[in-house]
Amino acid sequence: MMAGIAVSTNINGDNAEFLCHADETLLDVLRDRLGLMGAKEGCGTGDCGACSIILDDCLVCSCLVLGAEAEGRRIETVEGMAQGDQLHPLQQKFLEHAALQCGICTPGFLIAAKDLLAKNPDPTEEEIRFGLAGNLCRCTGYDKIVRAVQDAADVMRGA
Amino acid sequence: MRYIRPSSIEDAVGLLAEASGKAAVLAGGSDLLVRMKGGFIEPELIIDIKAIDALRHITESEVGFVIGAAVPCAVLGENAALRRAWPGVVESANLIGSKQVQGRCTIVGNLCNASPAADSVPALVAAGAKALIRGPVGSRTIAVELVPVGPGKTSLAPGEIIEAILLDKRQPRSGDAYQRFTPRTEMDIAVVSAAVNLTLDDQGVVQSARVALGAVAPTVLLVEEAAEILTGSRLDDETLDRLAAACSGACRPIDDKRGTVEFRRKVAGVLAKRVALAAYQRAGQK
Repeated sequence: MMAGIAVSTNINGDNAEFLCHADETLLDVLRDRLGLMGAKEGCGTGDCGACSIILDDCLVCSCLVLGAEAEGRRIETVEGMAQGDQLHPLQQKFLEHAALQCGICTPGFLIAAKDLLAKNPDPTEEEIRFGLAGNLCRCTGYDKIVRAVQDAADVMRGA
Repeated sequence: MRYIRPSSIEDAVGLLAEASGKAAVLAGGSDLLVRMKGGFIEPELIIDIKAIDALRHITESEVGFVIGAAVPCAVLGENAALRRAWPGVVESANLIGSKQVQGRCTIVGNLCNASPAADSVPALVAAGAKALIRGPVGSRTIAVELVPVGPGKTSLAPGEIIEAILLDKRQPRSGDAYQRFTPRTEMDIAVVSAAVNLTLDDQGVVQSARVALGAVAPTVLLVEEAAEILTGSRLDDETLDRLAAACSGACRPIDDKRGTVEFRRKVAGVLAKRVALAAYQRAGQK
């Protein structure tokens, strides 16, 4: 069988190396080879956003990225959001607002919201709803998520 | 399956030509990977073009913009000069899928996927965009509307790659716009779409126009009759009604779960009016 492709990348600030098959997605690499279980597979076709990560400052679905494409790139996953025991403001506000129930969508929402606030620190409710339209949640009805993101945005701006 | 990341367009074309139909070009992957996972295609070779430096940039020159084939649609939205010159093209690219999809998908991919409902294609056709094609026997440049020839089919020859989309330098008093009808406000596929590109004279009279419709025929339609109706007008009500009638008449839609023939015809006219007005307003501001 094939030996696999050697990939050097950077994940949450740390250099990482792995071997993967040509047809292996980055989502599968993160979960099955690197033990980073935050990103989830919901649909596998880029519709649900549960596998969202940030790749070189672009929010993407890791189910639609090949592992081999990570060569020389920078990857941010939900595992990089908290600093030790200190939760990221988005994580803290998701807890306070009960913006999650089953939790499957939550890592994707957190990463998508982090990307949104990095590009737009003071979004309107509409901008949040459009910005997070690629993330599906079947539990919360989204209102609590939107409020958590608004609240976190206030905290992060120091408002 | 093998994965190769060539660093030059010549190498990419060579690999593609050599593989004789068993290779797929990977840029954003938002169509390709979905199709591979669904078992619709099983390429033996994936040629990732994102390491080819020239394909990764938007460059502006005296003659206009060159948008490399590997530039994600999100990056189009972040380019202030492009947004100012071609707001209709940018808004169409930023309607494709979600933020996650826009972080990956490319306008060249959207064009080569050859969906009749592709969002960026009507805007590119209205803009008079050209595709710069590289193949085993050299380069050629063709109008964007000549690339798709039917659902899922393009006019590209074996071994050919579109390396960039070319947009002209903007004339003064010009504007373009794109809108689509979808049941949802986002993350949806156009049932009908329209793009209009106008240049006005200093009296606000339309000097030249291009009108394109999406999702109402096997390929995007360039409606020349509609452009003739707009030319010489200031978009008065009578002109807009004639525009709507011409656009409705040009449609050759199908009935499907997203819309009936009758609905698509009607909405094509309504959208064409709205989009023409949006383009006119933008042109008047410059």
